[in-house]
Amino acid sequence: MTATGSPGNPNPNLSKPMLVHHFLRALARVNRAAPKQSHARRSRRIRCAAYASMAAAAGPGRRWSRVLLRRLRSSPSSHRRRISVRVARPPRIATASSRVETLRRLVPGGRSLGYCSLLEETADYVRWLDAQVQLMQSLVDFFSS
Amino acid sequence: MSSRSRITEEEINELISKLQSLLPDQARRRGSSRASATKVLKETCNYIKSLHREVDDLSDRLSDLMASMDSDSPQAEILRNLLRS
Repeated sequence: MTATGSPGNPNPNLSKPMLVHHFLRALARVNRAAPKQSHARRSRRIRCAAYASMAAAAGPGRRWSRVLLRRLRSSPSSHRRRISVRVARPPRIATASSRVETLRRLVPGGRSLGYCSLLEETADYVRWLDAQVQLMQSLVDFFSS
Repeated sequence: MSSRSRITEEEINELISKLQSLLPDQARRRGSSRASATKVLKETCNYIKSLHREVDDLSDRLSDLMASMDSDSPQAEILRNLLRS
């Protein structure tokens, strides 16, 4: 499934309404869960909500979203901890550069992907991450005015 | 030979190009010159790291806003309604 969006054209596979829907619902849950929670705790929950709703909106069609959904559902407090899963590695082009290794660590599920798949997943992940940041920024801007 | 091992350089270049187009304007090279794959990968890593930091920072700020939801301002009222499920 390749996106046909080009610079300037919105990615047809990226649904901002779904992003808004999931994130607002998650924020409501955070608010409901413990109204008097500490700032640090609420901030951490909001961060998890950001990644979880981003993954939910993107759907299970991507490695990164599946990995995030699995991580965040099983134990929300351990988002930053690496859950290592031993998977048989597919044959890869020998690009052994540190850049690629860094990318593998940054993109959820990137470790066990072939080079081409990694590049595709990265593009998708960046698009959604960008949209999520824009959404959060809009909310902050609006409610800070 | 499986189709997976016939990944062409052209396909890789296309994917790298696509990544380059996602980078913010400052990181993009002006003009038509295509940056090297290594450069694009480096910029992409930096961009993802900065996006992660922004999520952290914006989560903090949203946390502050939600903490002050009890106030009488119009914004607080809207926020309360928005988060009521």
